[in-house]
Amino acid sequence: MNNILFAVLVLGAMGVVFGVVLAIASRIFHVQTDDRLEPMIESLPGANCGGCGFSGCAAYAQAVIDGKAKIGLCAAGGDDAAGKMAKIMGVEAEKTERMVAMVKCRGYESVIKGDYEGIQDCIAATKVTGNGPLVCQFGCLGFGTCVSACKFGAMHIENGKAKVDADKCTGCMACAGVCPRNVIVPVPYSADIVVACNSTAKGKITIKGCNIGCIGCMKCEKVCPNDAIHVKDNLASIDYSKCVSCGLCAEVCPRKLISDSNLRKDMDLATTHQR
Amino acid sequence: MIAKLFTIALGAILVENFIFSQFLGICPFMGVSKKSDTAVGMGFAVTFVMALASAATWAVNKYLLIPLNLEYMQTVAFILVIAALVQLVEMFLQKSVPALYQALGIYLPLITTNCAVLGVALLNIQKSYTFIESVVYGFTGGLGFLLAIVLFSVVRERVDNCDCPKAFKGFPIALISAGLLALAFMGFSGLKIG
Repeated sequence: MNNILFAVLVLGAMGVVFGVVLAIASRIFHVQTDDRLEPMIESLPGANCGGCGFSGCAAYAQAVIDGKAKIGLCAAGGDDAAGKMAKIMGVEAEKTERMVAMVKCRGYESVIKGDYEGIQDCIAATKVTGNGPLVCQFGCLGFGTCVSACKFGAMHIENGKAKVDADKCTGCMACAGVCPRNVIVPVPYSADIVVACNSTAKGKITIKGCNIGCIGCMKCEKVCPNDAIHVKDNLASIDYSKCVSCGLCAEVCPRKLISDSNLRKDMDLATTHQR
Repeated sequence: MIAKLFTIALGAILVENFIFSQFLGICPFMGVSKKSDTAVGMGFAVTFVMALASAATWAVNKYLLIPLNLEYMQTVAFILVIAALVQLVEMFLQKSVPALYQALGIYLPLITTNCAVLGVALLNIQKSYTFIESVVYGFTGGLGFLLAIVLFSVVRERVDNCDCPKAFKGFPIALISAGLLALAFMGFSGLKIG
């Protein structure tokens, strides 16, 4: 009986001593955290997507408080988060245009070099088959590496090409980070006109691989009233600060790759193209 | 002296690897080995805590439990010591070495009651090691853990990309690969030193 009591007492004493030591240590080693940190973290979406360039939401919040980062880098939180963060920091938020990801490829009938039955992953396919199973060296491979990289469920594969659901997309561009073809780019959420091709090859080569590839004919550049679309490296690209969404370029495009379809609506682009 | 320490080190890393031949610390080994970078972090945290815990528990045993004839309470006392120690180290790191805290911080609370850490403390007593031998055994045991978890995480990253039968996807195939790795480590058991 005495033995048990003794053991209990000694261990109890040890526990108390450790408790006291820890209590003292927590005072000594107390780290002063900013009062603004908690609400700052709460105003962020908490997805830890890394789109801001920091390791997670907490790291970004800390950087903003330290003045090392600007408000509004959080694409996922958008203006809502930026507003809240600005309020906490006591400054005015800059209005930011909401950006979403877009897959610059709709070559649903693009020519295939040969059947690929290996690992269903774009990066693997690129490595194994000599830059991918498509003749086109720029287009979307459609194995969905970006789909699994998306933390918001905003991507899916449609007719063999990746497609972004702009309403779910937060613009973190995690998808672009994993794409071996660099075919995913940010575009403004409000963009009505998009160039859906990524091929900078010469027109003749592009035609071999795809029926809706940009051949760099410059028709769009000539017809644009606002000097908003330019052909560079055999590929048209739109300057959204000038584009007024008039749709003239989409009308004249002989390959029908400039789409006037609204990104936000889940339109079946394949049928648009056949028209 | 040096030869003895070398034997202990080699034994702890390869021959008596904590994971592959003693099967201690399997929980973090399976749980945190999905990606190699987190595995490295976990491995270093375990190494760090195992070395510290060896030192602390050796002292507690020698100067507290033995004089009081309480050796039979080792397990309970060591859990207490290790838990308090890890808490203390965590606070200390957060204040003094923020960079290290960033790297190890999230893993530290996870290994408070890791059985590899408790195991090393008890084994030190069982093998009646001296203080230095205990610390070396703890540290190199941790290195063995690091080696095992990093090797395994790399294997798992590869296996994830493979076309494996649906029934084996995920955890089952991980367990099988862990078994095969342990089998490979059995090869070291023939190693005789000294």
